[in-house]
Amino acid sequence: MSSSSSYAAPRAPAGWRARVRVPRGTLSLGVATLYMSVIVLIPLAAVVEKAVAQGPGAFFDSVTASGAVSALVITLVASLVVAAIGAVMGTLVAWILARDKFPGQRLVNSLIDLPFALPTIVAGLTLIALYGPRSPFGLHLAYARAGVLLALLFVTLPFVVRAVQPVLIELDPEAEEAAASLGASNATIFRRIVLPSLRPAIASGAALAFARAVGEFGALVLIAGKVQIASIVIFADIESDATQAAASLSVVLLVISLIVLVLLRWPGARNAR
Amino acid sequence: MRVSRPATLSLRAVGLLYLAGLLLLPVGVVLVRTFDHGLGQAWGWMTTPAAISALWLTIAIAAIAVPLNTIFGVGCSLVLVRGRARGRAILDSLIDLPFVVSPVIVGLALILVYGQDGWFGNWFLNNGIRIIYAPAGIVIATVFVSLPFVVREVAPILMEVGEEQEEAAATLGASGWQTFWRVTLPSIRWGVAYGVVLTTARALGEIGAVLVVSSNVAGSTLTLPLLVYQRDSQLGPQAITGAYAAATELIVLSLAVLLLMTLLGSRREVTK
Amino acid sequence: MRIEVVDVGKQFGKFTALTDVSLEVAEGSLTALLGPSGSGKSTLLRIIAGLETPDSGHVLTDGLDVTRARPQDRGIGFVFQHYAAFNHMSVRENVAFGLRIRKLPKPEVQARVDELLKLVGLTAWSGQRPAQLSGGQRQRMALARALAVEPRVLLLDEPFGALDAKVRAELRQWLRRLHDEQGVTTVLVTHDQEEAMEVADTIAVMHEGRIEQTGAPRDVYDRPATDFVMGFLGPAVRVDGQLVRPHDLRLALEPEDHALEAMVTRVVHLGFEVRVELELADGRTARAQLTRGEANQLELSDGDIVYVRPPVATGAELTA
Repeated sequence: MSSSSSYAAPRAPAGWRARVRVPRGTLSLGVATLYMSVIVLIPLAAVVEKAVAQGPGAFFDSVTASGAVSALVITLVASLVVAAIGAVMGTLVAWILARDKFPGQRLVNSLIDLPFALPTIVAGLTLIALYGPRSPFGLHLAYARAGVLLALLFVTLPFVVRAVQPVLIELDPEAEEAAASLGASNATIFRRIVLPSLRPAIASGAALAFARAVGEFGALVLIAGKVQIASIVIFADIESDATQAAASLSVVLLVISLIVLVLLRWPGARNAR
Repeated sequence: MRVSRPATLSLRAVGLLYLAGLLLLPVGVVLVRTFDHGLGQAWGWMTTPAAISALWLTIAIAAIAVPLNTIFGVGCSLVLVRGRARGRAILDSLIDLPFVVSPVIVGLALILVYGQDGWFGNWFLNNGIRIIYAPAGIVIATVFVSLPFVVREVAPILMEVGEEQEEAAATLGASGWQTFWRVTLPSIRWGVAYGVVLTTARALGEIGAVLVVSSNVAGSTLTLPLLVYQRDSQLGPQAITGAYAAATELIVLSLAVLLLMTLLGSRREVTK
Repeated sequence: MRIEVVDVGKQFGKFTALTDVSLEVAEGSLTALLGPSGSGKSTLLRIIAGLETPDSGHVLTDGLDVTRARPQDRGIGFVFQHYAAFNHMSVRENVAFGLRIRKLPKPEVQARVDELLKLVGLTAWSGQRPAQLSGGQRQRMALARALAVEPRVLLLDEPFGALDAKVRAELRQWLRRLHDEQGVTTVLVTHDQEEAMEVADTIAVMHEGRIEQTGAPRDVYDRPATDFVMGFLGPAVRVDGQLVRPHDLRLALEPEDHALEAMVTRVVHLGFEVRVELELADGRTARAQLTRGEANQLELSDGDIVYVRPPVATGAELTA
């Protein structure tokens, strides 16, 4: 084969691309940012603007009104409780999926994603069907708060499970085997070897669950009733045209969510190098 | 770790009971309740004009929002992972916002921008474009809440596959577009598919933002989730079966989505 | 294709990969860029390919300045260390890729792919996916793929680095034979000095972003320009201020001028030659290589004290 007959003849480049040295993807970054701005950033900015447009005093008053404060407290407490229960039960479920073997395991594994696939309004409906006033078990939930917790546990179930599961699967069994050979009991092995490896995953799963619970609406709108969840209060404010109050409470929720987001990302940017 | 038989069984029992009580039982009860007054009545509720138009509207809105977010998702992933422009890290952080913003806040935000006396609302209204209390508003809300899924599925795969195949294609003479179609896209196709399924699930199920921006008018702004809400809380107690019926339709859609998630989920694994 | 690299520099953030690198690759030659990790050899290769752009300097192919040209426009073929196989395509489709891009007629593409598969010995595997091939087979496929578009220069980035020793040795020889038959200008990046010596016409030894010496394998080994080149091309120990190769070290049982005292730690009989491992007075270890005859004469055993010196003529050779 001669090297003079070539399908690929080199030629020098022409045009502005040869002269202008712009980092690759700058134009696309601009387009993506434009899309994000139009869909997400500008609307959120409008909320912030509405909250503070009448001055910091008005914002402060709206946020410290008794209704708003109690709503925030209830929401935060409920979300923390749900995150805590979710951390424990989620780890347990992840354990039986990763370390155990039983018939129907693959089906159970798929079902974990049900809260992701199911519309939240249906989640709310299912829960009051079972545990609400018309329950077949006569389990009349005198405590609507328990209903709220159940609804939130439903929608946040996958977060901890899916965060912990892959870590459990990847765990090197040798560390546990070494501990066993040195005489450690199972409880000790779990506490000192397994759990420390799982802690970051449990924490990030719980943080995501918390952030989700704080903002949950669809699963609660049918149950909440007497329980004043922040998102329900915001909805009521919007319906009664108290938009400044709604915006102010929204800003507080946004700040909480942003804090959780920042805490989650601290270990490093997820996808951009 | 060798767990004793009794411990294994107890863990299994606790875990499965928890899942059954939290997941299966409630869903099961809704399905049962739907047919409380017989198959005929349930079917009747599912085939009212409002119900039929709600189903179609829900699907139509997803059919708009999902392709938009898919194109954005693939393009954005390429920018974040393969690009070298500055500011990518900021964009990367912002993408998670729809995951943590409460849907009612989304609805409020859209009213403040596109509604009457909103930032651009008057401009739109004066030009005859109705966004709030019209389908357009529901579409924008749905695009907002389902935005991040494709990016978050595709970007990690792009990172793992690496640039070498694309570099090889370049050395073989392929242009940027040819490389994308013949090399990049095939390598991410399962991630895109999975991301599309997640986006669709989120789009079908949106209620919070839609409740705020919708006028609940059957045929134009009444989606299926809204119909569930309406029948349960706004219409009289006899409509509760109707709420269950509409919920059952959504459950069927969800199970289809869940099935796709399971099938595609395992295909996402990258083979090098 | 003749390649000239002129004063090329490249930085990645704070890290300087290349400084003032100049190189000439003759038409039809097989040149090896040899050096340890971080020496800049891959970066240089990628700049020649157009996969990176230098911060300063020029790259010319046959006299044409292609410094800013895209890889697509340079008429190159590139082979990656980890194959860069198109995993979703069959072997045949992989090899045909460059030809399909150019929209060549199907029969022509078919014929050319068949020819190449035969050349690399993968005809029986044409319908398989890369995942079903061994590492060596994948790399041969990658070579066929690169050759399909009749490149004017073939660039290989540590092509055998991911393969095990036996496959590496086979492919190395196979590559040399291929080059002799096809005659395409080839540039090979490697950290394995044995590979470079066995395969290349010219070796450019690189260290910390610079080319320390360019020359035929023999020249680079026998007349190293710097201590680094000497030490990298083969084992060497510093005696009397010079670097000396194991087979040049002279051992004596009595003290001599310019000789260092050393203790024999191990005598290894490798068939035709004997390797004597030594520990010098300052704790350094060294190796001497003797013929069987020489070893028998000295009758060395572990623990013996010997005196090590460079051969008399070495000094003149080294400074030439």
